[in-house]
Formats: sequence, structure tokens, C-alpha cells
Amino acid sequence: MTARTTTGDAGATTVPAATLALGDDALVLAQRLGEWAGGAPVLEEEVALANIALDLLGQARVLLSLVGDEDELAYLREERAFRNCQLVEQPNGDFAHTIARQLYFSTYQHLLYRRLAAGDSPLAGLAAKAVKEVAYHQDHAEHWTLRLGDGTEESHRRMQAACDALWRYTGELFQPLDGLDLDTEAMERAWLDSVTAVLGRATLTVPPGPRTGAWSAGAGRQGLHTESFGRMLAEMQHLHRSHPGASW
Amino acid sequence: MVTGSPTTAPTPLEEELARIAGAVLDPELPVLTLAELGVLRGVHVHGPGRVEVELTPTYTGCPAVEAMSTDIENALHDHGIPDVSVVTVLSPAWSTDDISEEGRRKLAEFGIAPPRPQGPAGGPIPLTLAIRCPHCGSTDTELLSRFSSTACKALRRCAACREPFDHFKEL
Repeated sequence: MTARTTTGDAGATTVPAATLALGDDALVLAQRLGEWAGGAPVLEEEVALANIALDLLGQARVLLSLVGDEDELAYLREERAFRNCQLVEQPNGDFAHTIARQLYFSTYQHLLYRRLAAGDSPLAGLAAKAVKEVAYHQDHAEHWTLRLGDGTEESHRRMQAACDALWRYTGELFQPLDGLDLDTEAMERAWLDSVTAVLGRATLTVPPGPRTGAWSAGAGRQGLHTESFGRMLAEMQHLHRSHPGASW
Repeated sequence: MVTGSPTTAPTPLEEELARIAGAVLDPELPVLTLAELGVLRGVHVHGPGRVEVELTPTYTGCPAVEAMSTDIENALHDHGIPDVSVVTVLSPAWSTDDISEEGRRKLAEFGIAPPRPQGPAGGPIPLTLAIRCPHCGSTDTELLSRFSSTACKALRRCAACREPFDHFKEL
């Protein structure tokens, strides 16, 4: 596939490192959400998760095309060359884990795109478009967090466990991105306010642990990924690598 | 309809080609033309038989863009333009406010509740209008899912006639 897209006045990006990181975030989360196809709890959710994945894939295609050839970047890089944050690569887990990941990431992505849309970087055009799509992703995640958190005993227990398990990956989201002039500290405060409010309404507890931590968490932007990422990439890339140059 | 480059007025030929490209039907909503959907951004003649068409996607990942591009190319080829290139532009972002009145009427007729008008960003906060069932006209409808057959639609159900229907979400 080829995408020929102009994002505004700047044709080529001047912030390749940040563009690659954000493109990889979108690509990897799209792939993870796509894994629900055929296995979501209800048909409506199957369709919703696939549609969110499609939005993210569209964003990834634009971002990666700003950096280089989108197919080569998606299918022919090794694990260590990916710059996505570790949050998006975390396995789907049960539905609560997928929703917690969506809540944490879409809240961050909405804050990020809103700021980028107001700025004058080469990503402003895409951000202005994507921020409207991500608003629906965030709305979807917040409603499910409320339903599961304030639902049955079982759904509450699972939602709390999911929020706790993914908490340690949320600190990485606010590491400065090379070349982008973002007030990441202000973004982090806004993120914490938003997530704290949603968890409170959902009768859930804000996880007590650190938001970055052990050796494993918080290094995706430097190419260090968690164990399950390699398996996800193998599945994502094997068809393209097995049949180089194939088309239909 | 926007034609020509921002700095120069469109020529009569560009206007004619924009009409032809704008009459192409949306591959996923085949009752709407691309002009009615508001996704055609401009037609520029760069030389004899050489035309560039600017198209904006509804959603960044909208898979219909490739089919739209091919359909535009074919329509202009049929009109004697051998060299057609369709480029995707993201900025300014498409909004459901870009759908024409006629487009909204056709959507409702097709069984899809049209998007509610949003007005200019940062303007006064619009009233939340009820979403009307395109089958029976009742405003007593409920949301079933925020995402439906495509990312641009939500699935709703009418409490009066019990029929489910798609609602083109405001964007």
C-alpha cells in the first residue's frame, strides 16, 4: 500500500524521532486491538474495537509515511527499532485490561493531539484531525470503565486489577519527545486529574504504586520492549516477510 | 465547492472537472456524491491533460479513500484527462458540518440519521438535539454502540418502532 498524503504546509517532517514514536504507538495499539477480532465479548464491542484500531492504523500510516516507507517501517524493522511506549504493547488480557489500556492511552493521546493541533509542528494537521477521532476512543473507554468498575463484584475486581497492572507503564507517556515542544509536566498533571476523576466515578481506587519503575517499564521509546512484544511483531510481520513484494 | 488553488480563482475547465469529480458516488454510502459529502477540496489543471485532485478523508483511516481515488481517476479519464493524480489532504480537518443539506436529506432517506450541526469550534455551545429515527421519525432513540458498521457511525435503536439504525456521528 502507498499513502500519498499532505498534512499541511510542511511536506517532510523535521521531527523524525517523535513522529516515529507516535506512529509506532498507533500502529502497535491498532495491532493489539485487531487481535480481538472474532473474540470480543459482544458483537458491538467487536465492531467498536476494530473501528478504534482502524482509526489508529490510519494515524500510523500518515505518521510513518512522514518518516519513510510505511510498509518497510511496519514490517521489516526488528523489535529494538520500534519506538512505541510499552503501554500499547501490553497483551490484551481480559476485557478489563484492554479497557484500562484504552483509558490510559486515549486520555494521553487526546491531551497530546490537542496540544499538537494548536502548535505549528509538521504534525499539527494530522493532530487536528485525529484529536476528534480520539475523543470518541476516550469516551468509549471512560464509559466501559464506569460500567465495569461500578458493575458487579466480579467486574469491579477485574477492572481494579487491570488498572493496577498497567499503572506502571503510564509514567513513560510523559517523557519528553525529541523535537516536540510540549509541556509534558502540564500534560501529566491533566492526565492524572482526568484519570483520577474517572476512576473515582467508577468506584475504583487510583493505584498506589509508582508509575514508572522496575527495569522493564519505561524504556519503549529507547527500543527496549517487554517480553510479549516480540511475539506480537512476529505475527504482524510474518506474512509480509514470507511473501516479499506480494500484492493482490 | 472549493476549486482551484487558494491564490487563484478556478478556471472554467477546473470548475467543469470539479463538477465531474464531485459527482462520483461515495463507495460506502452510494446515495451521496463526494461533493455532497464535502470531501473534495480542489481540482487543479497543471498542464494539458494533467490534473491534480485534492481529497480529504472523513476519518484518517477511512478505507474508502482508495476506492474514491480510483473512481475519480476513472471519471476524469472518461472525460479525456489522461494524467490524473489524487492527493489526500488532512488540513483543515473534515467535519460533518461539511456535509451539504442535500447530503443530509439523502442520508436520512437512506436510513442513516444525519449528523447534527456543530457550528464553529469555540463558538456558543449548541443545544443537544435529539437524534431522530430515520424510519419513523420518533426522537425517542437510544445509543446501542458508539461504533457501528464504520468508524463514522454509531448504532442506535428507536424506542417507538424498535428498529435499529445507524447515526452518522458528529466529527
